[in-house]
Amino acid sequence: MSFSLKKDKHGVVVVGVDGQLIVGNRQELKQKVLDALEGGKKFVIDFTKTGYIDSSGLGVLVSLSKKIREQGGDLRLCGLNEDLQTLFELTKLDTLFAIVRTPEEALAAF
Amino acid sequence: MTTPQPLQIRRRATGGETEIELSLDVPSDLEYVGPAVELIADELPGGPLSLRRIRFNFRTAFAEALANAIAYGNRRDPGRVVRVRVEVARDAVRLHVTDEGNGFDPADVPDPTLPERLEREDGRGLFVLRSLVDHVAFNEKGNSVCLTLRAG
Repeated sequence: MSFSLKKDKHGVVVVGVDGQLIVGNRQELKQKVLDALEGGKKFVIDFTKTGYIDSSGLGVLVSLSKKIREQGGDLRLCGLNEDLQTLFELTKLDTLFAIVRTPEEALAAF
Repeated sequence: MTTPQPLQIRRRATGGETEIELSLDVPSDLEYVGPAVELIADELPGGPLSLRRIRFNFRTAFAEALANAIAYGNRRDPGRVVRVRVEVARDAVRLHVTDEGNGFDPADVPDPTLPERLEREDGRGLFVLRSLVDHVAFNEKGNSVCLTLRAG
């Protein structure tokens, strides 16, 4: 499991979550995004390669979303498979996040 | 993880309704959650659960139950372990997760989807658990949970 951060030509930070986002690695994601927040305000988190997310992982996304908004930034989520999409819907977090299907759609929406 | 210990899975074939039983003791450190989940999920025989449900429902529910047991049950006390037992039967997989804590009352956990709780970072564990498996049963003390995923 790992996180990759890339900045596109418009300065949008695209974060890839490879494997899982759970209690054991959520702090790593949080720190990486907070560090990147010093140099950019627009973020996409891409879950295309993500197997599962537990409630701690959902919690860290909620926390990051708040922090990014406080800094005047914007966060979009993309690449959720059907199961992950259902998880966001069940927890009603789909109402809290801007969720789009693909990284391309996420980038185009900024 | 200060002193990494290898996780040792035990596997035994049983003669009754449960065909295979896997068990594992997990130290009370949240760093073990991911490796423990992968270890057990990789050992689950194909059969009762589809690969998709093993990949998502089983893994997520297991990670949730284990993290709760380590963090809230054992309070990350290195002297305590979480005992995991997985019964694989033809009709279902039953996952038992037991900590050495004092238990809790699941009825006291508020609904995390209420508007006033939606932006909280924590408090979704039990809700997620209940959403992903067919049945959740706690023992009376509240320190042991049995998650049932019916075949399919």
